[in-house]
Amino acid sequence: MITFDDVHKSFGAHEVLKGINAEIAKGQVVCLIGPSGSGKSTLLRCVNGLETYQRGRISIDGTVVDAASPQVHAICTRVSMVFQRFNLFPHRTALENVMEGPLYVLKENRNQVRDRAMALLNRVGLADKTNAYPASLSGGQQQRVAIARALAMRPQAILFDEPTSALDPETVGEVLQVMRALADENMTMLVVTHEIQFAREVSDSVLFLDGGRIVEQGPAKELLRHPKHERTRDFLHRVMHPV
Amino acid sequence: MTGLDGRERAKRKPAMTNFIAHATEYLPLLLHGVWLTVMITLLALCLATALGLVWALLRTSEIRSLAVPTRLLVDFVRGIPLLVVLFYIYFVAPEIGINLTALQAGTIGLGLAHSCYLGETFRAGIEAVDKGQVEAAKSIGMKRALMMRRVVLPQAVKIILPPYANNMIMLLKDSSLVSVISVQELTMQGKMLASSTFDNMTVFTLVALLYLCLTVPLNLFMRRVESYLGAAG
Repeated sequence: MITFDDVHKSFGAHEVLKGINAEIAKGQVVCLIGPSGSGKSTLLRCVNGLETYQRGRISIDGTVVDAASPQVHAICTRVSMVFQRFNLFPHRTALENVMEGPLYVLKENRNQVRDRAMALLNRVGLADKTNAYPASLSGGQQQRVAIARALAMRPQAILFDEPTSALDPETVGEVLQVMRALADENMTMLVVTHEIQFAREVSDSVLFLDGGRIVEQGPAKELLRHPKHERTRDFLHRVMHPV
Repeated sequence: MTGLDGRERAKRKPAMTNFIAHATEYLPLLLHGVWLTVMITLLALCLATALGLVWALLRTSEIRSLAVPTRLLVDFVRGIPLLVVLFYIYFVAPEIGINLTALQAGTIGLGLAHSCYLGETFRAGIEAVDKGQVEAAKSIGMKRALMMRRVVLPQAVKIILPPYANNMIMLLKDSSLVSVISVQELTMQGKMLASSTFDNMTVFTLVALLYLCLTVPLNLFMRRVESYLGAAG
């Protein structure tokens, strides 16, 4: 469904992606892991046009993603994104945040949008917070609203950019639970994460990036248990045994 | 002691009564000037706000061929004293076939000059909105116009409001400059009254007080709006 074909990306003289090749099938959950600065987030952001890339091709169901083209907005309505810092609209309630896209971008009927937004908030366990402003919600609650907002666009895939990195350890679980439920419903998901356990239990495959290249990719359980590459082994050891 | 006090009072009292007597005499004329001042200020403020928003949106545009000329225009107008802008519009424009009344020229001049200050204020506000908000808006497929209207501007308003209030008061005070192109607003009325009565003290005290009567409530009102928006979260 999402295809990376020799994708290159530089910020000035600094090349952050040095030829990425990968394929994500429909309904798959793929985790991107790797050290900071390895290009994981950049790669994710290229998929929905938040970043441009210089060479190669990213395509979604055959449509090439080109951040410079006017059609990039259409891509965003098909692929939603969940951010590390939630990025909820602070001047709108949880319900309004979820309704914003379908109402103003997809121009759907207000009553139907409201009903669906209610259902989505219920699904992420926040039925009682519909009228709360983001500032009065905990990090975990905000991130669940953000997931509901992403789902409201009826996306074919959701991109998660370190969705639990800015959370209190206590609230990480509630967000991962929602993500696991989505995975169980066969949502296509591309997840940049440091949650190795989540990657092992929930994802179908894992891509390990380092220095702008995919060092190793394969089925999650296999790659995480028996990494073939020295660099992968080293990284996993450090993440799982920080002390 | 009481005698001294009485004499002092006797000396002072007529002066004060004089002031009040003269003031009530001058006030209707000056109020006519206040009316013009308020009208010019409001019209110029509308023009400056609308144009300022246009400058800000053009300057923050990703299209360089829009952003660069706008920046040049804003810098150009900001670099010229307001008095010269007014003279230019009032005296030079007729030579190229644009005939404006003093009131029109004054309003346009004030509005144009202040649109450049406001434009920069608006731009700063727009750029101060968290980049994550722009990304979130893009990630649900919003185009720029919708994103500005629904996400960026509502958040920028809170940042813009204090400097905007400041600008409003500056504009109100700058409206006194249009007296030089013969618009009979408050300052001009005061000047004419003072030169015909020679009562400079009473007239200009009144003029100053009348300006304060306009600026102080404006200040208080803007503070109320600010705290209301602040509370709205």
